[in-house]
Amino acid sequence: MLSTNALAFWVLAAITIAAALAVVLSKNIVHSALFLILAFVGTAGIYILLHAEFLAAVQVMVYAGAVAVLIVFAVMLTRRGDIRASNLYNSSYLGAGIVALGLFIATSLMLGRMNWTAGGGSMAANNVEAIADAILGRFVIPFEVAAILLLVAIVGAIIVARGVKEDR
Amino acid sequence: MAIEGIFTAIIEFCQGLLAGTPSWLQTLGLGVLYLVGVLAFVFLNVLYLIYLERKLSAYVQERIGPNRFGPHGLLQSIADAVKILGKEDITPRGADKWVYIIAPIVIFIPATMLYAVIPFGKDLIAADLNIGVFYFLAVASTTTIAILMGGWSSNNKYSLLGAMRAVAQIISYEIPLAFSIVGVVMLAGSLQTSQIVAAQEGTWNIVLQPLAFIIFFIAANAEINRGPFDLVEGEQEIVAGPYVDYTAMRFGMFYLSEYANLLSMSALAVTLFLGGWHGPWLPSWLWFFIKLYIMIYIFMWVRWTFPRIRIDHLMGFNWKVLLPLSLANILVTGVGIKIYQLITIGRW
Repeated sequence: MLSTNALAFWVLAAITIAAALAVVLSKNIVHSALFLILAFVGTAGIYILLHAEFLAAVQVMVYAGAVAVLIVFAVMLTRRGDIRASNLYNSSYLGAGIVALGLFIATSLMLGRMNWTAGGGSMAANNVEAIADAILGRFVIPFEVAAILLLVAIVGAIIVARGVKEDR
Repeated sequence: MAIEGIFTAIIEFCQGLLAGTPSWLQTLGLGVLYLVGVLAFVFLNVLYLIYLERKLSAYVQERIGPNRFGPHGLLQSIADAVKILGKEDITPRGADKWVYIIAPIVIFIPATMLYAVIPFGKDLIAADLNIGVFYFLAVASTTTIAILMGGWSSNNKYSLLGAMRAVAQIISYEIPLAFSIVGVVMLAGSLQTSQIVAAQEGTWNIVLQPLAFIIFFIAANAEINRGPFDLVEGEQEIVAGPYVDYTAMRFGMFYLSEYANLLSMSALAVTLFLGGWHGPWLPSWLWFFIKLYIMIYIFMWVRWTFPRIRIDHLMGFNWKVLLPLSLANILVTGVGIKIYQLITIGRW
């Protein structure tokens, strides 16, 4: 008999993988984006099983929520008249196969080398504080660098969106 | 007081019924109980929120409002609900069928999930998550997707325009909404809704964070698509936005979730700023209910008083006024907390 957690994990994993496959296989780009939401929500569920609630909420808010923006761009930038054929396949099987195999080998090597330690005991009940301490304490410099990078990206996006101002 | 613990007694009674069964069954049983409780709360309230809105709008516009069915028209909402159930369910020919069909169902999922972290009274909370407020924001942010699904799949120009407005508006106003809550979270030192309520036992947050409350109120109005920010629907410009093509109960689901969101947003406002269930004499859940309806009344009052604003003004107001103000509020709150600590315990 599976434990409840294991059962929940397998259900979530099945949903996530099925949704991820649907993202790739769906021919309609909006459907792909919608399945992507399901894949993200499934991942968030797995985070909850791992007692990483904060991460799960971030996953839902940042990734699943942002898919809405993705759909807007998909709708606005798709040039094809028929949305039902907006996410087509191509036949570069060889190149795709090599890239996928390379990625698979690299990932499995890394996973095999990793020294997996079973987390001794339970997680802290309030891991939000631990995350805050880590981000605003020990790793404050990388955090700020990432923030500045995002700021530059936003400013760049605004300048690109506004375009060159013509002489008055 | 006996009446105080009436709901906790029901929960304990059901726990007693499930005692001795496997733990997963107990968890499932309690989950079902909470779900039934929340759904009953939402449906009963929404039915009368619609009536209340119609009556209030009538009084604002110097009309009488529904007064035919039942005393003072009190049964009007029930008649409307029966009517909407009996209507024909139409799917437009050009629609993306599956997305069109599931959109009204999807919109109800976050609308219901939000109630999990609302403390309705003392010990009356379905799931006291340690990320409570953040959970609320994360789940609320997915409402956009359902509106977009409905708007896009109808294959209708007005629907798509409404959906685009929904994305632009809701995602932009999410930012000042989240930032206005940060001040409250800093004061309570926790994201947990029960802790935030506990921190307001003495002074309500509306006294300590008046600016945050105003920002929260404005952003919440935009988040739940209510006037003066109801550009998503904008009857005079884009008919009813994403809901144009929906009929019968599918339209009913959108309508229902809109009021469910008004209810949950008001509940969050009460929890964060109006002291939650704290209050003298009366039982805690009754206090919560009274404050909830005061909040809802203000939301409706604002909706029927102000005219709808233009979309570019809406975005400009968000990015140029609300966002800087909410950031300034966080800074002032942080400095204020440190000064308070310096005075009371003598160190930073």
